[in-house]
Amino acid sequence: MPAVTETREQVEKLGKSSYEWGFETDIEMDVAPKGLNEDIIRLISTRKEEPEWMLEWRLAAYRSWLKMKEPTWAKVTHPPIDYQDVHYYAAPKKKDGPKSLEEVDPELLRTYEKLGIPLHEQAMLAGVEVPEGEEARLPVAVDAVFDSVSVATTFRKTLSEAGVIFCPISEAIRDYPDLVKQYIGSVVPVADNFYAALNSAVFTDGSFVFVPKGVRCPMELSTYFRINAKNTGQFERTLIVVEDGASVSYLEGCTAPMRDENQLHAAVVELVAMEDSSIKYSTVQNWYPGDENGRGGIYNFVTKRGACRGARAKISWTQVETGSAITWKYPSCILQGEESVGEFYSVAVTNNHQQADTGTKMIHLGRNSRSTIIAKTISAGKSDSTYRGQVKIMPKASGARNFTQCDSLLIGDQCGAHTVPYIESRNMTARVEHEATTSKISEDQMFYCRQRGLSQEDAVGLIVNGFCKEVLKELPMEFAVEAQKLLQISLEGSVG
Amino acid sequence: MSELLKISGLHASIDADGTPKEILRGVDLVIPPGEVHAIMGPNGCGKSTLSYVLAGREDYEVTAGSALFKGEDLLAMEPEERAAAGIFLAFQSPVELPGVNNANFLRTAVNAVRRARNAPELDAVGFLKAVRAATKNLSMADDMLKRNVNVGFSGGEKKRNEVLQMTMLQPTLAILDETDSGLDVDALRIVAEGVQNLRSPDFSALVITHHQKLLDYLGPDRVHVMAKGRIIRSGGPELAKQINEEGYAAFLKEAA
Ligand SMILES: Nc1ncnc2c1ncn2[C@@H]1O[C@H](COP(=O)(O)OP(=O)(O)O)[C@@H](O)[C@H]1O
Ligand SMILES: [Mg+2]
Repeated sequence: MPAVTETREQVEKLGKSSYEWGFETDIEMDVAPKGLNEDIIRLISTRKEEPEWMLEWRLAAYRSWLKMKEPTWAKVTHPPIDYQDVHYYAAPKKKDGPKSLEEVDPELLRTYEKLGIPLHEQAMLAGVEVPEGEEARLPVAVDAVFDSVSVATTFRKTLSEAGVIFCPISEAIRDYPDLVKQYIGSVVPVADNFYAALNSAVFTDGSFVFVPKGVRCPMELSTYFRINAKNTGQFERTLIVVEDGASVSYLEGCTAPMRDENQLHAAVVELVAMEDSSIKYSTVQNWYPGDENGRGGIYNFVTKRGACRGARAKISWTQVETGSAITWKYPSCILQGEESVGEFYSVAVTNNHQQADTGTKMIHLGRNSRSTIIAKTISAGKSDSTYRGQVKIMPKASGARNFTQCDSLLIGDQCGAHTVPYIESRNMTARVEHEATTSKISEDQMFYCRQRGLSQEDAVGLIVNGFCKEVLKELPMEFAVEAQKLLQISLEGSVG
Repeated sequence: MSELLKISGLHASIDADGTPKEILRGVDLVIPPGEVHAIMGPNGCGKSTLSYVLAGREDYEVTAGSALFKGEDLLAMEPEERAAAGIFLAFQSPVELPGVNNANFLRTAVNAVRRARNAPELDAVGFLKAVRAATKNLSMADDMLKRNVNVGFSGGEKKRNEVLQMTMLQPTLAILDETDSGLDVDALRIVAEGVQNLRSPDFSALVITHHQKLLDYLGPDRVHVMAKGRIIRSGGPELAKQINEEGYAAFLKEAA
């Protein structure tokens, strides 16, 4: 309930420009020259002090990328992207990587403070006020990625005592090369698709998580991505491996300054879940969406995939997508293990000129594997949103089940919402259910709410939050509140 | 001030497939503070339209006339401003809001209105206390607050929910559009008591009804007969009895 009030205040506070995260940080940067070639890849690898095998891996990816074409099947349009007009490496200037928070540039810490991401462990512990009647929550460990590098990872000591590794992937490549080598590219192969290949060639940072056998990660893990530098692509890479019987809940958030040019973001996330393990991966994606005329904004081309490798492994994707000019993203599950479980809960909001083509793939290989897809699409303004989902039941997946529910909510009459389900079942005993609805916020509903004293924004906020309830409840609680605010802010100006 | 609401020569039409259709054809009506007035009239004469126009529904175009509420131009206000000013409409057909929790909706509304009236907002505890008391008075099951606004409510539950909202929003003028229709005798009494509980010098009601029964409970100060978009007769409570016994035919003939 208070979230609604807070939201209203927030919206009022924001006034005209509704993207509150659009400020720029003035900080000395080490930037590679524009363009992409083998030398740039060598430079990135050198800067990251990578072993030789990693460089070879990148170069192989680059060589396959050269032979690939951008995919065209998604329902999105954009002017051609000049991949030579992008900086592939930008990092805050610093001789060595920061060893502790004390060494992090205070300007950077201020940036994250401004974004509401506390990086000081002390401050975080002290700052957690517990409302009456609620249990104290565990702090969240944060990895903060600023342009191409991770600037700080908190709570590493607490985590390592539990046996959990949570660190920048660049560091993992140096410190845990065997683990990385074993799993990187094993879920999303280097040449999986155009953007994944590009990412494999030039990725700069991201997070690495390893939870050993039987360990339940003692706190939420969170990575916060921030694009700051101009004309810089962000190519982060995240790898999460959870061994038998282990579990983790991970959240990523992202923002970028407001800029008139489009910026490229092509990430790869790989999840590996072994027997009886579970990974909950939540995203609140709030990259700069462009202005109300469709100028600027992030091109968000992302490959996210998880493999349930063992029996009863579970991977759950929850995403709230409010940002980006273009979103191209299909978090997927490969359900190899018997009775393994894949879930996809999604809210995608588009307003003004935003375009989103997002959904999931559930590939059933294991017997009695189950998947659930709940996708909520909200379109407003002149935006266009597509749910694209594939459910594939392979011959050995006897008794597999899928349930898919796709609901679209239209606000106004200039936007579009589309549902494109692909269902392929190659096992007679499998059961696949698909339900879809499209609704509009009706004049009756708006009038009813306003007659009760609600502003149009509050009315839309209530109805939209109600529409997304099943998805929002999947988010860790503090982020659910955040997501509710975001939903309302991103729909600002969509009515009246 | 002897007039809480003063409607003069009000004309309103609706767009019916591209051509304007006039529904209100010169409504004159005055409601003083603290009074309960009834409007009766045959189906389709414009009763609901009048209530929508007063509450600010945008589909209707006011082509002539005025409506002053507490001396202010009501027709110039947004619907939510009218609500804040003290107008409450109990809908003839309450609207469903899928996914929106009833208690959450109510609290958001109450606090929106309180803010606009410069009253302190109710915190969760204060709200819960107030709403529990109100639901008890209305013999409403507690789980109604947990359900989604009007979704899956029976006709009677919807009407009671309207009265609950009215109670919580503390209007100065409540317009009840056939709130008694479709209620059994017990529910009717409960709804009537819900209105009676609000009676005060600062509360007026405009009650649209077809039935004598509700008016017996409320004891209206005035009864108005509406036909073809106008008030054609006004009188005391005896007018309602006369309609009940004789029907509208006599009035309509007279007006023609
Ligand atoms: N949206 C509409 N389009 C066309 N005609 C309408 C519309 N709404 C109401 N009307 C007409 O206006 C007249 C008055 O309706 P209403 O105010 O609902 O009457 P009452 O409440 O007195 O039964 C009726 O003839 C009805 O058919
Ligand atoms: Mg009516």
